[in-house]
Amino acid sequence: MTEAVATPAAGNAATAQPETMAWDSRARRMVTLYLPLACFVVILLFPFYWMTLTAFKPNAELFDYKTYNPFWISSPTLDHIYHLLFNTAYPRWLVTTMTVAICSTFLSLVASTLAAYAIQRLRFKGSQYVGLAIYLAYLVPPSILFIPLATMVYQLGLFDSPLALILTYPTFLIPFCTWLLIGYFKSIPYELEECALIDGATRLQILRQITLPLAVPGLISAGIFSFTLSWNEFIYALAFIQSSESKTVPVAILTELVSGDVYQWGALMAGSLLGSLPVAIFYSFFVDYYVSSLTGAVKE
Amino acid sequence: MSATTAAAWSRTRQQPNWLVRLFEWKPFLVVACLLPAVGLLTVFLTYPLGLGIWLAFTDTTIGRRGIWVGLENFEYLLEDPLWWNAVFYSVFYTGVATIGKFGLGLWLALLLNNHMPFKSLLRAIILLPWIVPTVLSAIAFWWIYDPQFSIISFLLNDMLGVLDHNIDFLGSAWPARWSLIAANIWRGIPFVAISLLAGLQTISPSLYEAALLDGSSAWQRFRYVTFPMLLPILAIVMTFSIIFTFTDFQLVYAITRGGPVNSTHLLATLAFQRGIPGGQLGEGAAIAVSMIPFLVFATLFSYFGLARRKWQQGEGND
Repeated sequence: MTEAVATPAAGNAATAQPETMAWDSRARRMVTLYLPLACFVVILLFPFYWMTLTAFKPNAELFDYKTYNPFWISSPTLDHIYHLLFNTAYPRWLVTTMTVAICSTFLSLVASTLAAYAIQRLRFKGSQYVGLAIYLAYLVPPSILFIPLATMVYQLGLFDSPLALILTYPTFLIPFCTWLLIGYFKSIPYELEECALIDGATRLQILRQITLPLAVPGLISAGIFSFTLSWNEFIYALAFIQSSESKTVPVAILTELVSGDVYQWGALMAGSLLGSLPVAIFYSFFVDYYVSSLTGAVKE
Repeated sequence: MSATTAAAWSRTRQQPNWLVRLFEWKPFLVVACLLPAVGLLTVFLTYPLGLGIWLAFTDTTIGRRGIWVGLENFEYLLEDPLWWNAVFYSVFYTGVATIGKFGLGLWLALLLNNHMPFKSLLRAIILLPWIVPTVLSAIAFWWIYDPQFSIISFLLNDMLGVLDHNIDFLGSAWPARWSLIAANIWRGIPFVAISLLAGLQTISPSLYEAALLDGSSAWQRFRYVTFPMLLPILAIVMTFSIIFTFTDFQLVYAITRGGPVNSTHLLATLAFQRGIPGGQLGEGAAIAVSMIPFLVFATLFSYFGLARRKWQQGEGND
C-alpha cells in the first residue's frame, strides 16, 4: 500500500490516497473499501451462482431446503441439461440465435465501417450532421418501433423468418458501431493516408490497406458489442417470430420452456446458463476491448 | 530493379479503368460509403418511426388495414385506467431505478478507482450482469423471487431469523413493483459504474493535490472536484439510462408479464400486449407513441440539466 502511494503512477487513486497516508490504517481501508466492494461483487454475481447451482441440482434437492443446504449441491446431475439438449429444440434455437447474431453483426460492421470512413475521412459538406443523425438514431428505442416494424415485416413477407431479425437488428447496431468507429478513425493519423494518396493509392486501397488494418481493435470492439447486443435482443424476436423452430434462445426459453403452472426451474436455469455461456466466453476473450469500447464510446 | 517497377507502376496509372475512376470521384465515393448505413436506417428506423405515428391515428388491427380515426386512440387511452397505471409505473420505475443505479454505480466507481490488486479482473467480473442477456438473468431473478422457494425468504427466515413467513415477491402489486426495480438496478449498476470509472480516470490528480493544499476535506474534494468534472459524462450516461429504462420491456415481460392484475405494466409491455397478442395495432402504436413526449422531456432534462457545464472539462465551448 505504502509503495503504491510513493509511486506517482498510482495517480488515479488520488481520491482516497491522502487519507490512507495520514491514517495508514488497514482496518479503515478494509471497512471503507474492501467490505463494500465484496458486497457489490457478491450481489452482482449471486444470480449467476444461483443459476448455475439450479441447473445442476436434482429436483429433490431443488425443492427441499430443510434437508439439503440450498447453497450447495450434494449430488450434481446433468438431467436438466440432457433434457434441454435432447428433448427440446434447444440446439436449434442456439443455432438460429448464433446465425442471426453473426449475420447482423457482419452486416452492421460493413455498413458502419463505410459510413464512419466517409464521415470521418472523406469530410464532405455536412458530414458532421450525418454523424449526428446516425447518433440520434441510437436514441430511438426498439420499444417504439416494434409495432410498425411488425406490420412492415409482415408486408415484406419476412414474418417468422430469421431474415427479418437480421435486417432489423442493424437499426440499433449501426448507430453504435458507427459512433465507435468514428472515434477510432479519428485516432489514426491522417498523414498516413496523405502519404498513401501521394504514392498514388486509390481511396479504396487506402481504406483496405491502411485505415482498416490500423482500426482492427476498433473493429473488434464494435464486433463484440454488436454480437452481444444481438444475442441480447428480445422484443423484435418476440414480435416477429412465431414458429418454435426459428425462435432465438431468450424468446424460446420464455415461451417454450415455461409451460403450465409448474415451472421446471432446473431446465429453465440450464437453458439460461447455456444461453449466457456463448456471450460470456466471447466476452472473456475480448474483455479489454469491451471495457475500452464502452468507455471510449461514452467519452466521445 | 526499382526503375522497372516504377515504370510498370506509372503505366497502370495512366489508363485507369472507368470503375476505378468512378471510385476516385469523391461525391460518388461518399454516397457509396454512406448508402448501406443510411439506407438500412432509413428503411428500418426512420420509416417505421413515421409509420408508427401514422398507425397511432388509425384503427389498424392485424390483418386489416385501418382507416384514419384522428385522436380517437389517444382519447380512449386518456380514459383507460390501465394506461394511466402504466404511465405511473413507467415514471416511478425509471425514477427509482435511475436514482438507485446512479447512486450505487457512482459508489462502485469510486471504490474501483482506488488502487488495489486484481483491478482489471474485478472490472471484468463486475460487467457480467450487463453482458448476459437480460431475459436470461431475469429468469434467474424470477426463480429468486419464487413465492415458495425464494432463496431470499430462506435467508431471512431460516438463516437470519428476521422473518417468520415467506415473502410473496411477485404476488401483489407493490412488492412486485419493487422487485422489478431491484432487478433493473442490479442490471444497470455495472454499466453506470464502468462508464463513470472511465470519467473518474480522466480527472487530473493535480486537481486533488491543489484541493488538498487548500485544506479541503474528502467530502469537499468529491463535491467540488470529482462531481463537477464528472458531470459531462454523467449527463450522457444518464440520458441513455433514462431512455432505456423508460422503454424497458424485457425485464418486466420476463418476470411478471405486467401482472399481478396489470399492476406492473410499463408502457412498452402494455403496447406489446395490446398490439401483438391483442391484435390492436393502432392502439398499441398509440401507446408506443405516447412514450415519445416523456422520452424527449427526459432527454432534454438530463442532457441540458447536467451537460451545460461543458466548460468544466477545460476544453472550451466548441
